[in-house]
Amino acid sequence: MLDRAAPKATSLPELPEITAATDTRAYLARAAVQAQSHDDYELIVDVDAHLQEGGFWPEIIDLLGNDVLKQTAQAMLRPGSLPLINMQPGMTFQAMAGRIPHQSGPQEQTDDPAKAGHRFVQIVRRTIETMGLDYQVIFPTAMLHLGMNPMEDIEVELARAYARWLIERILPEDPRIIALLYLPFNSPVECEKLVREYGDRPGIIGFTICAVRHKGVHHNQYARLFSMIEETGKPLVFHAGPHWDDPSFTQLNRFVSMHALSFVHYNLIHMTNWIINAMPERYPNMKVVWVESGLAWVPFLMQRLDHEVMMRQSEAPGLKRLPSEYMREMYYSSQPLERNDLELLEMTMRKINADTQLLFASDWPHWDFDPPSAITTLPFLSDQAKRNILGLNAARVFNLPVKRLRPRAKDVLAARAAAGVA
Amino acid sequence: MDVRVCEVAALDDPGRKVVEIEGQQIGVFRLGDEVFAYENRCPHLDGPVCQGKMLPLALEAVASDGTSSGRVFSKTQMNIICPWHGFEFDIRTGVHPTDKRVRLRRIPVRVKDGAVYVTIARATHANQR
Repeated sequence: MLDRAAPKATSLPELPEITAATDTRAYLARAAVQAQSHDDYELIVDVDAHLQEGGFWPEIIDLLGNDVLKQTAQAMLRPGSLPLINMQPGMTFQAMAGRIPHQSGPQEQTDDPAKAGHRFVQIVRRTIETMGLDYQVIFPTAMLHLGMNPMEDIEVELARAYARWLIERILPEDPRIIALLYLPFNSPVECEKLVREYGDRPGIIGFTICAVRHKGVHHNQYARLFSMIEETGKPLVFHAGPHWDDPSFTQLNRFVSMHALSFVHYNLIHMTNWIINAMPERYPNMKVVWVESGLAWVPFLMQRLDHEVMMRQSEAPGLKRLPSEYMREMYYSSQPLERNDLELLEMTMRKINADTQLLFASDWPHWDFDPPSAITTLPFLSDQAKRNILGLNAARVFNLPVKRLRPRAKDVLAARAAAGVA
Repeated sequence: MDVRVCEVAALDDPGRKVVEIEGQQIGVFRLGDEVFAYENRCPHLDGPVCQGKMLPLALEAVASDGTSSGRVFSKTQMNIICPWHGFEFDIRTGVHPTDKRVRLRRIPVRVKDGAVYVTIARATHANQR
C-alpha cells in the first residue's frame, strides 16, 4: 500500500506529508521520474547504501557466536536499541529533529516476509527499482563506530554475526543486493579468518575497513591481511564516518561542524599513511576505494602531500612517484557530492580522473543522500563519463557483469500510475 | 487558468495541501489570512519539498555585546523543509534563509469567495473557473 490519499470524485489528487513511515517508493518517486533521463545506460551501481540496524538488531545479535556477549546483548535489548554499539543515543542528530524523516526509518509497512521476503530485502528492492539501480552495495550504519569500541571482542563478534546475517539471510534473496565483508580491523588475525571464511561467498564483492578508528593502516600487523585481499582481486574499501567523541571534534558545538570534518578527517589520515608508507608500491594490484567523504578533500591532499614529499623524500623513501599520481589511480565514491561550486567540482573531477575512477554512491537512506541525477545533471561531464561513473567503473572495480537487471523507468512509472500513485 | 484547490477553512493554520493538477504538483500553504503556492520541486535536487515538515526559522540569539544565548525559533517566519535533504524555504517568499538565490518556483494563488485558486498554464481541469 503506497502513501497516497485516494482522490475523491470532485477533489484534486492529494499528496500527503512525507514522514518516517512513508513508503520508500513514494519518498523517492521523483527519482523514478529522473531515471528516465538515463534509462538507456548499460548499468547503474550504487556503491554505498546503508542498513539502519535498529529494526534488525535482534536478528543480528541472535547470531553472535559468543554466549556471554549474546546473553549480555539480549538482556540489554529494548525496542530500537542497539546493545553493544558504542553510540550515544542522545547525540544522533542526523534526522535534524524530524526535518529529514528517512534518516529515522525504516518505519514503513512491508508485506508478509513468508511471501515477499525479508523485510530489509523488501525495502531495498523498493529503493533499487524506484531509484533505477542494477546493484546496490549495502553497508552498516551503527557498526561504522565499532572501531572506537574499547572492547575489541565486541567488534570481532559483531563483524562475524553481521557477515552471517548478510550471507545467510539477506544476500541469497536478491542478486542485486551485494555487500562487503566488515573487517574488525582492531584484530588483524580475526580479519584474516573472516576473509578466509567468507571472502568468496556469493554477493561478497570486497572488504571494508570502517575508517573511524585510531589504527595506522600501514602497520606490519596487517601485511598478511592485505596480501590475502590483494590475491582475491576484490577491492579494499575505506568507509568514513562521524565520531564526535574524537578529542579534536569535542571543540565543535554543532553536528554540522563535526559531520563536515569527521568523515573527511579519518580518510585524510588513512590515505596519508597509505601513501607515505608506499602501500601502493607494496600491494600494486590492490584496488583501493575511498567512500563517503565527498571529493573536495582529494585535491587538497594531493597538493599537500606532493608539496611536502618533494622536500622530505627521506621520510617517504618507498615512493617512486608523486603522491597525487598514486591517488589518481585509486577509486572514490561520489557522495556527498559537493555541488555548490561547479567550477571547483569540475576541476576536482579532472584531478581524480573521474571518468575512470569515480563511482556513484547514494548513501540512501541517510540524510545527505544523492540520487543518480546528482551525476546526470552535471553540465561538464560527457555522456560516456556519466555512464562510467554511474556503473561501468563499478563493474570493473567490483567484478560485476555489465548486464541490466533494473526494470525500464517507463515500466516503473506505469506501474505506479496503474496503482494510482504519483 | 484558475483551478479551485479547496476551501481556505479546509487548511490548518499554519497548514498546507499538496495537490496534483494536470501532472503538476503544487503545494498551497496558509499562514493566517494569507495563502501561498509553490511548485513541489526543490531547487536543490528536485525533491518533493512541499511535502516536508513545517517549522519556524531557527535563529542565533546574539546580544548587542556579541554573545550568543543559543538558538531560538522565529516568532514570525515559518519555513517549509524539503524532506529529501533539509533545504528550508520561507513560506512567505519561497527563499532559502542563507542563500537568497535559491528559491522555490512560485505559483499564482488567490482567495475568492472563501476558496483557494491557483493559476496554471493548462486549462483543461474540471475544477477550472
